[in-house]
Amino acid sequence: MSDLSATILVVEDEPQMRKFIRASLSSHGYRVLEAERAADAVMMMTSHNPEMVLLDLGLPDGDGIDLTKQLREWSRVPIIVLSARGREDDKVAALDAGADDYLTKPFGVNELLARIRVALRHAQTRGVDSGSFQTLEFGELKIDLVRREVFRGTEELHLTPIEYKLLVLFAQNAGKVLTHRQILKEVWGPAYATQTHYVRVHMAELRKKIEADPSRPKLLVTEPGVGYRLRDRS
Amino acid sequence: MNEPGDRPDPDALLRRMQQEEAREKRGKLKIFFGFAPGVGKTYRMLQVARDLVTEQHLDVVVGVVEDHRRIETARLVLGLELLPRRKVEYRGHTLDEFDLDAALARKPKLLLVDELAHTNAAGSRHPKRWQDVEELLAAGIDVFTTMNVQHVESLNDVIAQISRIQVRETVPDSVLDRADAIELIDIAPEELLERLKEGKVYLPDQAKRATQHFFQRGNLLALRELALRRTAQHVDEDVRAFREQEGVAATWPAGERILVCVGPAPSSGRLIRAGARMAAGLRCPWVASSVESTAMRPMSDADRKQLEAHLRVAEALGATVTQLSGPSVSGVLLDYARKHNVTRLIIGKPTHSRFWDRVQGSLLDEVVRGSGDIDIHVISGDTSSEAPPRAEQSLERHAPARHYVLAALLVAGALGLALALRAVLNLPDFEMLFLLAVMMAAMWFGRGPSLLAAALGVASYDFFFVPPVLSFSIDDRRYLLTFGMMFAVSFAMSELTGRLRRQQREAQAREERTAVLYALAKELASVDEAKQIAAIAARHAADIFSAKSIVLNVIDSQLRELGAAPEGAQLDPKDLGVAKWSFEHDALAGLGTDTLHGAAALCAPLRAGQSRLGVLAIVPLDKTALRSEQRAFLDVLCRQVAVSLERARLSEEAKHASLRARTEEMRSSLLSAVSHDLRTPLASITGAATSLRDDANLGSDTRGELIEAIVDQAERLERLVGNLLDMTRLESGVIALRRDWVPLDEMVSSALTRLESRLEARKVTVSIREDVPLLNVDPVLFEQVFVNLLENAEKYTPPGSPLEIEAHTDDDRVEIAFVDHGPGVPPGAETRIFEKFYRGPHVPAPGAGLGLAICKGIIEAHGGTIRAETRSSGGAAFRISIPRGGTPPTLSPAGGAA
Repeated sequence: MSDLSATILVVEDEPQMRKFIRASLSSHGYRVLEAERAADAVMMMTSHNPEMVLLDLGLPDGDGIDLTKQLREWSRVPIIVLSARGREDDKVAALDAGADDYLTKPFGVNELLARIRVALRHAQTRGVDSGSFQTLEFGELKIDLVRREVFRGTEELHLTPIEYKLLVLFAQNAGKVLTHRQILKEVWGPAYATQTHYVRVHMAELRKKIEADPSRPKLLVTEPGVGYRLRDRS
Repeated sequence: MNEPGDRPDPDALLRRMQQEEAREKRGKLKIFFGFAPGVGKTYRMLQVARDLVTEQHLDVVVGVVEDHRRIETARLVLGLELLPRRKVEYRGHTLDEFDLDAALARKPKLLLVDELAHTNAAGSRHPKRWQDVEELLAAGIDVFTTMNVQHVESLNDVIAQISRIQVRETVPDSVLDRADAIELIDIAPEELLERLKEGKVYLPDQAKRATQHFFQRGNLLALRELALRRTAQHVDEDVRAFREQEGVAATWPAGERILVCVGPAPSSGRLIRAGARMAAGLRCPWVASSVESTAMRPMSDADRKQLEAHLRVAEALGATVTQLSGPSVSGVLLDYARKHNVTRLIIGKPTHSRFWDRVQGSLLDEVVRGSGDIDIHVISGDTSSEAPPRAEQSLERHAPARHYVLAALLVAGALGLALALRAVLNLPDFEMLFLLAVMMAAMWFGRGPSLLAAALGVASYDFFFVPPVLSFSIDDRRYLLTFGMMFAVSFAMSELTGRLRRQQREAQAREERTAVLYALAKELASVDEAKQIAAIAARHAADIFSAKSIVLNVIDSQLRELGAAPEGAQLDPKDLGVAKWSFEHDALAGLGTDTLHGAAALCAPLRAGQSRLGVLAIVPLDKTALRSEQRAFLDVLCRQVAVSLERARLSEEAKHASLRARTEEMRSSLLSAVSHDLRTPLASITGAATSLRDDANLGSDTRGELIEAIVDQAERLERLVGNLLDMTRLESGVIALRRDWVPLDEMVSSALTRLESRLEARKVTVSIREDVPLLNVDPVLFEQVFVNLLENAEKYTPPGSPLEIEAHTDDDRVEIAFVDHGPGVPPGAETRIFEKFYRGPHVPAPGAGLGLAICKGIIEAHGGTIRAETRSSGGAAFRISIPRGGTPPTLSPAGGAA
C-alpha cells in the first residue's frame, strides 16, 4: 500500500507522547517528523511537505486551532487533532476550522492507526469524482447511489430525502467524524448551521431505519459534544 | 506576716485590678475647681499645661479655652497647639464650638477643655460638654478642665438658695467623683472682689445685673465653703478608696439603699438632688422611681416630658431609674422598696390641702403607715411660682362637637317624651326623665356634653314643667335641689365612666404590648436565620412605633443592614453615624436621647450577654421622640431580638463547625480514595511493565496477560481521574450548561455505545415512550450521567443480568428510570449513595465513589432530581426526573432537503 510510506508530522510538546507515537508509527512503516511547537510545525510543513499532520491542541506556544486555520490557507494535508476529554468545544472548533478528525487522549495505538488510515484514504480519493462509485457498502448496509436505494441485507429501506442525503454524506465520509455544523451545511445549507436539533432528530430517525438495534448503534455512532461518525469496519 | 484577717479581700483585689485596668485605658481627668468666676481656674490650668509642655515635652493640645479677653490668660495660650473650633450656625449666629471629632482624631496625650458645665449648641453630638469629655476620656485622652462649684448638680439647690440664681448648666456629681484629681483654686473673697473692681473678671453684659447678687462677700464666703467641702469630699473618697485597696478594715455603712419617689412636679428635682446627696453621704446605691397609678388619669404629654427630664437628671446623678405602675401608688412603691431592700424612701411633702387627703386618701399617710422598717424622708418641694401641673385634659373635655349636639338631642328627646306623656297621663315628676337623659349623656359623651345636658335639662324642665309653666321663674324652692341633683349626677357619672374608660384603655394598651411581645417571641422562635429574625424584628418595631425600622448587624466590623421595614428602608448616612455611636458605646443614641438628640433615628444597641450584635434603628414617622413607656418597650424588644440574633449566630457557628467536620471527613475520604484507588492501578501497571522489561523468561501467554493488565489498569486510572475532574468542575461551578434540544434516545444510545465492550454480554432494553419530547439539556453531561449509571449497574449487578432503561412524561416533567436486577440499594443508603466517596459493599473493583455524586450534581444543575430505590420485585431503580424545559423548537418542514 502506498500510504505505508507516508510521512507524518507529529506536533506535540510532550516528549513521552511523541516517543509513543513515533514508536507506533515507525513500526507500521510510516516516516515520522516531530515538532514541539507551532512555529516549528509551520517550518516542517514548508520544508518537508508531509502527507499527514497529528496536531496536539494543547501546545505551549499557540493555539492548535489557529495553526489549523493557518495550514488550511495553503494546504489540504489531512490533520488529526489530539485533545483531552472535556475539551469538546476545542475539538469542534478545530474540525470546523478544517481538521479532518480527532482523537481523545488517552488513545490506543489501534485507534490511532485506524484514524490515520481513514484520513489518508479520504485524502487520496478526494480528487476522484464520487459519481464514479455506484454503490457503497458498510456491513449489511448497501447504498445504490444511482438508483437512490438503500438496503439492509435484502430488505429495502424507505428513507426520506433528508435521511438519504444524510446517509450519503456519512457514507462518503465513512470513518470520519462530522460535526453538527458540517452536517447542517451539507444537508440543509449554510443558513441552518446553528439548528443542531434538526440533525439530532433526523439522525435518530435514520438510525431507527438502518441500525439493527437503534439503541445500541453499530454504524452511525454519536461522538458526544462533537457530532457523528459512520463506522467503517473495512 | 499578715494575719489572715488582715489580708485584702480577694474580690476587692480583683475589683481594684479591674478598675486599674479600666483606668489605664481611660484618660485621666483633672478638674480645676473654683468657687466663683474669676478665681483663675483657666489661668492655673494653662500654667500647669505649659509646665508639662516645657518640662516633660508632653503632647498637649488646647481643645477649647475661653480667655474672656483677659490678657494674662490669652498670653498663656500662645505657643500651645490649638484645635480649630467647629463653626455652628445657630439662629443666624455663628458659634465656635469645641470640635470633639477633631480632638478624637488628633488624639493628643492631654487636651485642655475649659468650662466643663458648658451646654453645646443645638445639633452637637452631646448636649453637654461634660459628655464630650467623657468620650475623650473613654478614648484614652487625658483631659484638664475647669468648673465652678455652682455647677455641681447636687449643690444646685443649695447655691440657688444662697445666691438666688438658678444655674441651669450643671455637671453630674459622678463626673467629679470619677475625676482623678481636683485642684481647688482658692483665693480670698476680698481679693476676688478687688479683681472684680479692677475689671479683671469678665462678666457678660447681659449677666451683669443678675450677677450683682452673686458677688457679695457673704455669698462668696458661702460658695467658698461649699467648694472646699466638695473638694474635701473628693479627697475623702480617695482616702476611702485607698483604705479599701490596702485592706484596711473600713467601717462599712450598713447596706443602705435609697428610693426617691419622682413625679412630674418641679419639686421632684429637689427630691432627686436630696436623694443624690444622701446617697453620696451614705455611700449607697439609690433608685429614682416614678409611679403611675392606673386608677388615675394618664399623664399629659407635657407632664410626661417633665417626668422624663427628672428621671434623666436622676440617672445622670447616678441613680438607677425605674418606672412602676399599678392600681395603688403606695402599694406599688412599698412593694418595690421591700423587694429591693430599700432602707430609706424619699417622698415629697404634699402641697394640697388636708381636705383633699380626706377625700382621696393621703399617699404620704399610706406610705408612712405601710412602711414598716423603711425610713421615710419627707422633703418639701420648691416654692416655685409655677402652677402645679394639671392632669391631662381628658377626652371628656375635648369631646367633639358632635357629642354636644347628641347630648342636646337626648335632652330634646326627653323633653318630647315628657310632653307627650303629660298629654296622656298626669304624672307628678318628670325630672326623672331628664335625669336619665343626663346620665346617658354622661355615660356616652363625657363630662362636657353631660353638663350641657344637665343645663338644658334643668332649663327645659324649669320652663315646661316647673310652675309657673312656660317661664324660667321658680315658685317652689324644692326644685333647686332637683337642679342641683341633675348637675351632681352628670358630674359624678362622667367622672366614673371616664375613669373606667381610662382603666380599660390602660389595660388594653398593656394587653396589646403583651400580645405584640408574644407574637414577636413566637415568630422569632420559628426562624433561626439572622436575616429572617431581623426582618421580623424590623416589621414589629415599625408596627409598634409607627416608624421606619432598620436592624443593622456587624460584618467585618462594619454595620450592615440586615433587615428593614418597610422593606428596602434605609438609614441615611447621618443616622448611620448615630447607629455607629450607639453600637460602639453600647447605649441609646439619637432622637430624644442625650447623644445626637437632633437625629431622625433612635438607635438602640442589640446586645446579648457579652456579645454586641448590632443596632436597632427606629425612625418615627411623626418625628417625635419615643415616650418613656415606649422606650421601656423598645428595651424589652431589643433584648428579645438580641437573644434571637445571638441564637442565630451560635447555630450558624455550630453549622459551620459541623460543615468543617464534614469537609474534614471528606478530605480524608478523598485522601484515601486518591491513595488507594489511584495507587492500586499504578502498582499493577508498574509491576506488569517492570516484569515485561526485566524478566526475559516470560512465556508469551504471561506477557500477553501482563500487557492486558497494564491496559486494563490504565483505563481504570483514566476513568478515576476523569471522575475526579468532573466532580471538581461540577463543585467549583465552572461548568456552564451548554443546553441544546436533544432526543433522549440519542444520549442513551451514545452512552451504550461508549460502554459497548463492557455491556456486551448484557441485554439492555430501552423503552422510551413516543410522548417523550426533545430535552433541553447539556448532551455531553447528560450522556455522562447515563454512562455513570450504566457503569454503576454493571459494577454492582451479577454479570449478564439484564438492564432496562425506561422513559415517559408526567405532566411537565420527564421521568427516566435505570432499572437493574441486582441486589438493590443497601437499605438506608438511598441518599448516601449519591454522596461523594460513598462506596457500596462487596464490590470487586471499586471506583472512587464519585460516579453517582457526579450524576446528582449534573441532574441538579439541570433543575432535576435523582433518587435510588430497591424495587419490590428486586433490583435497584435509579429515577431521574427533569423538567421539560419549555417547548421544543419545531422542525423545519422540509429543511433544505432536496
